[in-house]
Amino acid sequence: MTKLAPVLSAHWDDKDSFTLEGYKRHGGYTASAKALAMDPDAVIQLVKDSGLRGRGGAGFPTGMKWGFIPQGDNKDHYLVVNADESEPGTCKDTPLLMANPHVLIEGCIIACHAIRAKHAFIYIRGEVTHVVRRVNQAIEDAYAAGILGNGIDVVLHIGAGAYICGEETALLDSLEGFRGQPRLRPPFPAIAGLYARPTVVNNVESIASVPAIIKNGAEWYQSMGTEKSKGTTLYSLSGHVVNTGQFEAPLGITLREILDLAGGVRPGHKLKFWTPGGSSTPLFTDAHLDTPLDYEGVAAAGSMLGTKALQIFDETTCVVRAVLRWTEFYKHESCGKCTPCREGTWWLVQILRDLEAGKGTEADLAKLLDLCDNIMGRSFCALGDGATSPITSSIKYFRDEYIAHLTQGGCPFDPVASTLFTGAGA
Amino acid sequence: MAYTDEDFQIMDSIIKRYPRPRSAIMPLLHYVQSKAGYVTNEGIEVIAKVLQLEAAEVTAVSTFYTQYKPTPVGEYHVGVCTNTLCAVMGGDAIFASLKDHLGIGNDEVTAEGKVSLEHIECNAACDYAPVVMANWEFYDNQTVESAKDLVDSMRAGNPKPPTRGPNKLVTWKEASAVLAGLNDGLAHEGVQAGEPTLLGLKLSKEGK
Repeated sequence: MTKLAPVLSAHWDDKDSFTLEGYKRHGGYTASAKALAMDPDAVIQLVKDSGLRGRGGAGFPTGMKWGFIPQGDNKDHYLVVNADESEPGTCKDTPLLMANPHVLIEGCIIACHAIRAKHAFIYIRGEVTHVVRRVNQAIEDAYAAGILGNGIDVVLHIGAGAYICGEETALLDSLEGFRGQPRLRPPFPAIAGLYARPTVVNNVESIASVPAIIKNGAEWYQSMGTEKSKGTTLYSLSGHVVNTGQFEAPLGITLREILDLAGGVRPGHKLKFWTPGGSSTPLFTDAHLDTPLDYEGVAAAGSMLGTKALQIFDETTCVVRAVLRWTEFYKHESCGKCTPCREGTWWLVQILRDLEAGKGTEADLAKLLDLCDNIMGRSFCALGDGATSPITSSIKYFRDEYIAHLTQGGCPFDPVASTLFTGAGA
Repeated sequence: MAYTDEDFQIMDSIIKRYPRPRSAIMPLLHYVQSKAGYVTNEGIEVIAKVLQLEAAEVTAVSTFYTQYKPTPVGEYHVGVCTNTLCAVMGGDAIFASLKDHLGIGNDEVTAEGKVSLEHIECNAACDYAPVVMANWEFYDNQTVESAKDLVDSMRAGNPKPPTRGPNKLVTWKEASAVLAGLNDGLAHEGVQAGEPTLLGLKLSKEGK
């Protein structure tokens, strides 16, 4: 049995965990003091040695990303923190920032020192007013205490409701004051990022993980997790379970273990399908309960670890309805720059709506898969790719359920049964 | 409405946050909403002027982002998450009942201007589903009844407080100022975390 290992979440139960005093009580800002006394390259090496990988979904080694920034180039360098958490199911950075914004600021100081940047930007989504307040206040307090402003500045930038801005190059365009649309790579942000300057873009959880690594060392971090997926991470459990919430555990824990901790699927029901890392990661079923939730384990089973957003759906849920809703989301959020994504997601919605209403034919399933083939890998960014994941995986595991909509001339499920307020009869 | 010298000073301080002025366009749009309640033509012109851009360039940015409203919203703008997980767990039922209860559709405002309604996408609180937002503050674990009570309290001029947020719900314009990056001094109010956020930590302390 894997034991939980709260590091990021260790002090969230202090009522004042979000204040400077609360953060300092547990050794806050000692890691940045230690890092600032180190050679920047040694900081990068330490983070490389820790094995920390990006927690925003892709899992790219954080220290290696930092190492890509050219040094001695006489250019401004930038750190940009991606706090635009919007992937359906993903809900880890938002509670982290509400409970402890200072750990992100301390991580920013360390990362800026390592990559020789004077400026960090935190790009936070705009739909979380109170989290914006907490982060803004923490930055103000850090300036007032002389923690910021001595060669490193942190600026909070607040988004305005665009999922695409979680994509790193769209985020950069948005931060420069344009419509948030992805850029063609190369050049990668490490060479030409914000204002065409060398830029590191990291997820909140990645940067927030750094202070503890500096404090406790690479070996400590390496001692947790699996062979290639080191350390602890936040798993976010939601949906048809007895207790939802955040579980910080070493990488490699399984859904079966997390469900045990959470009291299982809601009484009288059984697991039908789930996402391992948000709606852009192919669906899993009860056949994947023992899949190690690390980067390699989930990939080997045909999905992606993504943001570790474990959305649980029981047998009352219509998979066609679920997939249609996600597809409507991707269609709405497609920025419109690339034709395969813009047009493709529109057609996916049309076909899925017909299928859900029982008006389609079996040939529509082949058409859906063909459309997915023509969207996958054909655009600047991964939004369109993500849109295909729920469709292809649901047809793979639940083809019969799609057919049932056609043979019955409509959805065979009662949507009331899947709600939380249906009472015992659900 | 006229923009005062103080408004221009605040806009100037927003621009100075960034190495390049154009980066300030998004907080300035939030600021315009804090003054007028939505993105007015006048607001577009003012931003264009202070950033030395064409109004069309500002409009192009404004129309890309759904939080910038081209028409007035209510004093309390209510968003019901109808992305898959919240929808399945009750968001669809909540949204349908609020439309019926308020007598308005998606993106519409009640006649007296108090409440507007929008179906929203995932708001990063799935462990608190079904989620309703008001002026982008969290109302967690909602039911059809609790959501109706919430909008009734808004219409009565005494809105219920958010579950994770300040002690009192601020207005749409006041929230827009916060999103422009202006500090309203309320960061210390409200809980540091709700129960689901703390579940793993609690179990860990029990030896799990």
